[in-house]
Amino acid sequence: MSRDLLEGSEAIARAALAADCRFFAGYPMTPFTELLEHFAALLPERGGACINAESELEAIGMAWGAAATGARAATGSTGQGLALMQESLSELTRAEIPLVVFNLARGQGDYFQATRGGGHGDYRLICLAPLDAAEAVELTQLAFHLADRWRHPVLVYGDYLLAHTHEAVDVAALDFGPTPDKDWAVDGALGGTGRARNLNPIGMVPGQKGIDPAVFWDRLQAKTEQIAVAEPRFEAEGCEDAELVVVAFGTLARFARHAVRALRSEGRRVGLFRPITLWPFPARALAAAAAGARRVAVLEQNAGQMIDDVRLALEGAVPVEAIGGISTDPAGFGIGPLLDAEVVRGRIHSQLEEGSR
Amino acid sequence: MSHTVDTDSPPKQPARQTGAFLPRLQRSGDHDLCPGCGEPLALRLLLECIEELAMAERAIGVVGIGCYTALTSLIDLDLIQALHGRAPSLATGAKRMRPDSLIFTLQGDGDMVNEGLQEVLHTAARGENVTCVLVNNGVFGETGGHMTATTVLGQRTKNTLEGRDADYHGHPILITDLISRLGGTGYAARGSVHDAKSVEAARRMLRRAFEHQLRGAGFSFVEILTMCPTGWFTPTAEGPGYLERVLAPVHALGEFVVDGRACTPGEDA
Repeated sequence: MSRDLLEGSEAIARAALAADCRFFAGYPMTPFTELLEHFAALLPERGGACINAESELEAIGMAWGAAATGARAATGSTGQGLALMQESLSELTRAEIPLVVFNLARGQGDYFQATRGGGHGDYRLICLAPLDAAEAVELTQLAFHLADRWRHPVLVYGDYLLAHTHEAVDVAALDFGPTPDKDWAVDGALGGTGRARNLNPIGMVPGQKGIDPAVFWDRLQAKTEQIAVAEPRFEAEGCEDAELVVVAFGTLARFARHAVRALRSEGRRVGLFRPITLWPFPARALAAAAAGARRVAVLEQNAGQMIDDVRLALEGAVPVEAIGGISTDPAGFGIGPLLDAEVVRGRIHSQLEEGSR
Repeated sequence: MSHTVDTDSPPKQPARQTGAFLPRLQRSGDHDLCPGCGEPLALRLLLECIEELAMAERAIGVVGIGCYTALTSLIDLDLIQALHGRAPSLATGAKRMRPDSLIFTLQGDGDMVNEGLQEVLHTAARGENVTCVLVNNGVFGETGGHMTATTVLGQRTKNTLEGRDADYHGHPILITDLISRLGGTGYAARGSVHDAKSVEAARRMLRRAFEHQLRGAGFSFVEILTMCPTGWFTPTAEGPGYLERVLAPVHALGEFVVDGRACTPGEDA
């Protein structure tokens, strides 16, 4: 194992290359820009391509075209740019295109966008939320695996701190096991054979007139339900004896983990539950982890978004409090006063005090 | 040269419909488009050109959203269905991963010139080695005949009932003219399918566009004016005449750019 000191964005780009990503397209936007820079520097020398797209609309379209030919491909932006990609994200799930999409966001206010989406129709994106650069290296590679495994777009949701903090990471290729053959991929080879493929999001079958959307959408829904059962990921720490379970994801979970460990070392009965997949949300695991708790506190850097999923998971069994909130710097990039170990510890501590009253 | 048919004896073979003369890459002649539509003609030319160039097993098409989308299940080529307007970007990604393939888009005027104008212009400016094919009938045919960016002044559509008025609805975009001014364009031409002569010219344009792509000579573009009697509210048989009389004088026919050099439309390069 050898570790390099890398900016989070570079760690992610190198992890994508370790997963054999061959195509990237993007449009600059803070704090995502450096990820585009690293792909632009790294991909051509490995025989891939990185295109400076004219907008986020084109970026995801280019990545769609690349992925449709069977290549591992990715795009990304910040939440604002992801907003422009929603129509394509919705259609990519229906066309069953395995694409990896990075949201290096200005905070955690894109949780709804990531888990509910702004696109049309019934669809869900698999969404992975790394805690730090080392986990981003793993989850980036997992994202490519899951995308191919399920023929489904996968979102990796990070933030300014993840993108811009330098950390020591080991970017080695990880093996998540085999993925299905890409016999669906459009490589141009079957023209004129009577078996040519038509990779479309509307259930069109080559050679058949018309479409049957209901049959097509039912099949996709069945797959979505399989993913929801198979792929929830989480980390639970100290929940077995906890009076208070703190729920947090991504960068803020890192602060929460630090505070929870400090409080536990002082004998306080507090645990941390961290969803790693935001969709599928690890609802059953959370319900089990919080079964013995008197209170659940949701720490998120937004006006209250993940708390909806927490409440749905607990179904009223445990009282749920919001202890996060909107917190940003004057530039709006998401480095607000909440991202502070003492502040986070203080908010968790006051929940413990209120809970014991 | 006249060809006299002997009418004293019965015909030697039964009458056949055009569907019996299918290109190899077309699975069936049975389509749901309106009588008099020009799009099946354009599609046929496209497929015949790919066959002539022996590129069937190296071709990838990217299809937009419009009436022609319903034709795509008939096409025996590997295809990617794009969102409305986005085909040139998908073609870009596909070409970068499969540079030896023949990559083309098939888009209508609503798709390319309204929704996706930025896509096709940037793809041309980038000199992307793909061929974008526009079937332009000057209306949104699939919605039933509404104004597009290429609708000519005075043309009546369902949302320009008194005719397109420049002061109120703006001016039509002449897309081949626009693309011809971009540095990455290797080939650009506007053809039509309203009569036998124009069909043969359009066939030649498609072939030359593909040849440019296969030579790596930059972005290639063919616009084909197509009849839409339904969307024009004209009797079926008057479609070709309407195209020649109303659309073609504004959207001038001919080759605009060959080998990256501008030429005067109407003159053979």
